[in-house]
Amino acid sequence: MTDALQETPMFPMARVAGCPFDPPPELSRRSEQAPVSRVRLWDGSTTWMVTRYADVRALLADPRVSVDVAEPGFPHTNAVSKARDAQMKTLMQMDAPEHTVHRRRLTADFMVKKMEALRPTIQRIVDGLIDDLLAGPNPADLVETFALPVPSLVICELLGVPYADRAFFQRVAGKLVMDECDPAEAMAASEELNGYLEKLVEEKNAEPGDDVLSRLAVEQYRTGAMTRGEIATMGQLLLVAGHDTTANMIALGTTALLTNPEQLSAIRDGADPALVAGAVEELLRYLSITHTEARRVARDDLVIGGEVIRRGEGIIAVKSTANRDPAAFPDPDALDVHRNARHHVAFGYGAHQCLGQPLARVELQVVFGTLFRRVPTLALAVPPQDLTFKPDAVFYGVRDLPVTW
Amino acid sequence: MKVTVDQDACTGSGQCVLSAPEVFDQRDSDGIVVLLNDGPDPRLHEKVREAARICPALAITLTRP
Repeated sequence: MTDALQETPMFPMARVAGCPFDPPPELSRRSEQAPVSRVRLWDGSTTWMVTRYADVRALLADPRVSVDVAEPGFPHTNAVSKARDAQMKTLMQMDAPEHTVHRRRLTADFMVKKMEALRPTIQRIVDGLIDDLLAGPNPADLVETFALPVPSLVICELLGVPYADRAFFQRVAGKLVMDECDPAEAMAASEELNGYLEKLVEEKNAEPGDDVLSRLAVEQYRTGAMTRGEIATMGQLLLVAGHDTTANMIALGTTALLTNPEQLSAIRDGADPALVAGAVEELLRYLSITHTEARRVARDDLVIGGEVIRRGEGIIAVKSTANRDPAAFPDPDALDVHRNARHHVAFGYGAHQCLGQPLARVELQVVFGTLFRRVPTLALAVPPQDLTFKPDAVFYGVRDLPVTW
Repeated sequence: MKVTVDQDACTGSGQCVLSAPEVFDQRDSDGIVVLLNDGPDPRLHEKVREAARICPALAITLTRP
C-alpha cells in the first residue's frame, strides 16, 4: 500500500472542474489502487468503500448485507439523509423477508409490458413539451422546460396524482432531495407530502381510477393490509425516486450528448430504436447519477476483494467507479453509444435494484429518440465550462441547461 | 441449454424480459418471472446468457440438458 493510500479520505469526494461526467479522481484512484478501503464520513465515523464492478455486484447480491439504517454502523452520507432515514421507512430500508413482501406489492405496476403500454402516453407528453419549447423563448432552460416536467407528468399519471398538483410536487419533492436543504425543512416537506398523499388515498378509495394509488387503496388499504400512512410513504418513495432521477438523467444526458457531437449524430435521426435503447444504457453507465451510491451494513463477517469486513461495519458500494471498471467495460471513460452496456449497475444490483427501471428506460428512450430528431439544431447556449453542476444533491446533474436551436 | 428460474428469488426488475422476451415474461399479478421456454433455440442462447448474467437476483440458472 502506498503512503498516500494509508490516510482515510473523506466521502463523498470532489469532482474536477472540466470533467463533469467523470467520477471524482480520488475515487477512481482508489478503485485502481485500493479497491476495498476505508473512508471517513461527515460525522467523523469511518466506513468501507467497495469500488470495482465484480466486488460491487457480489456485495449487493450478498444476503449477509443489510439496508437497516437503524444499525449503528450504517453509513449515512450527511445529516439530511440521517434525519430522513430515521423518519421514514420505505422499501429501500427493508431487508428480506419484509422487503420482498412490500416490493411485490409494486412490481406488477412497473413490469416491462405495463411500461411499454405507457409508451404512447409518454411520447405524447414529450411531444407536447417539445411543442411548448419550440413555441417559447429561444434560448431556454431545458431543465425547467423539459427535463423536470417529463418525469413529473409521467409519474403523476402513473400514480394518479392530479396534474393540477404538479407545482406543489416539484416544490416539495425538490426539498426532499436537496442536500443543502436544512434537515428540519426536509422533514417538514416530507410530512407535507405525506399528508397530501394520505388525503389522496382516501379520495382514490372513494373513487378509484386506473392508477397505482387507486389500486393500492382498493387492494391494500380497503382490505386492511396496509395503512393509509404506509401507502402514503410508498407513494412518496415512488414520487421522489421517479422524479428527480429521470430529470437529472435527461438534463445531464443531453449535456453529455451535446458535448460529444459524434455520439449525438449517431442517434439524432432516432430511426433505430435499438440504437437509442443502447445509447440510454450507455448514458446510464457513463453518468451514474446516484452518486451517494449504494449503502449497506454487514450483518455477518464477509470477505470482499480480499478484505475482511466485520459484522456491524458500514459499506458504500460505489456504482460510479464500478461502471467505469475496465474489467467490465473496455475503454470505460469513453462515451460510446454503440457499446453494449446493459450489464451496468446504474440501477444498483441485488434485491434492491431499481424497481422503476422499466419506466426510466422507456422515458429516456422516448426522450433521446425524440428530442434531437424534432430539434436537430439543439445546442448549448453557453460555453460548456459555464454550466453549473450539482455536486451536493442526492442525484448528480446539471443545475440549469441553457439551450438554443 | 436448459433454463431454470427461481421465482422466490426474483425481484421483478424485468431485465430478463428486455434481454430475451422470447424466453422470459412477467406474471401479471406481481411481475415475477415466468419461463416461456426452458429449452430455447440456439440462436437465442446469447440473449439468454445475457439475461442470466445481468439478473440482479441471480434467479436464472443455465445448465446443459
